[in-house]
Amino acid sequence: MLTLAHFLTLGALLFCLSAAGIFLNRKNVIILLMCIELMLLAVNMNFVAFSRFLGNLDGQVFVFFILTVAAAEAAIGLAILVVVFRNRQTINVAELDDLKG
Amino acid sequence: MPIYEIVFYTFSLVMLASAVAVISVRNPVYAALFLVLTFFSASAIWMLLEVEFLAIILILVYVGAVMVLFLFVVMMLDINVEPLREGFIRYLPVGLVVAGLMAAEFLLVIWTKSRFGPEAFPSPPPHPEGYSNTQAVGEVLYTNYLLPFEVAGIILLVAIIAAVTLTLRHRSGAHRQNPSRQVQVQRDERVRLVKMKPEPRQEG
Repeated sequence: MLTLAHFLTLGALLFCLSAAGIFLNRKNVIILLMCIELMLLAVNMNFVAFSRFLGNLDGQVFVFFILTVAAAEAAIGLAILVVVFRNRQTINVAELDDLKG
Repeated sequence: MPIYEIVFYTFSLVMLASAVAVISVRNPVYAALFLVLTFFSASAIWMLLEVEFLAIILILVYVGAVMVLFLFVVMMLDINVEPLREGFIRYLPVGLVVAGLMAAEFLLVIWTKSRFGPEAFPSPPPHPEGYSNTQAVGEVLYTNYLLPFEVAGIILLVAIIAAVTLTLRHRSGAHRQNPSRQVQVQRDERVRLVKMKPEPRQEG
């Protein structure tokens, strides 16, 4: 018997895994971007599950918009990554300290 | 119907295992490929929830476009992975503790007092035969959410322009056409009328 709790648990575990990934791979921008995509997928999983169990289509429309924004974000993020690598020959976050923050 | 449970647990395990692989493998190319597997399993679970349109969109947009973009960038950049891995072991306990605490909190909220149990959220009945999830989503999307839909299109356009302008590179020394100057050219810059005496016809 699958309940809403099962799907919410799946989304929660996926979110925790991607959060741990941000901690573990804090030097590699590419893996960080992938972890953000995983987080968005976990959120989408919750939206889809609630939409189905509440019989309300608005959640699915919201997932559609999240996918759109995530695609735009990935495209711009990777473009910035390419420019950074072209200028610095590295994508190590520890070496990108020009702003002295 | 245990088949639903079998499908759910199988794809959930594949999804979580590949998510673990994404954050732990050494090679970013493998990470991207495991991310594809994660999205694929998520799509199967959405299919189980009868959310067919978004399941297909997830595969088309993510596996087909975004992940190919990731792979393209990963393979295009010549990245030395070793310095990027340092600190993995050092931050492993912190990451595990934070993730474990987050997971414990999530599970505490989800599973106590049967907030999301079968009483509060009974299983929805399966859709009737001939029901089209795509049509249903489209009817909502093109009526109630028309303005956000248009805004989403503008966001994508902005993303295209931003990505192109960020990565566009002008090489010095390369010969390029300048369309603006091409259309502004005047007649007397190209044609010169010369007055001259007629040449006498050569006999022979």
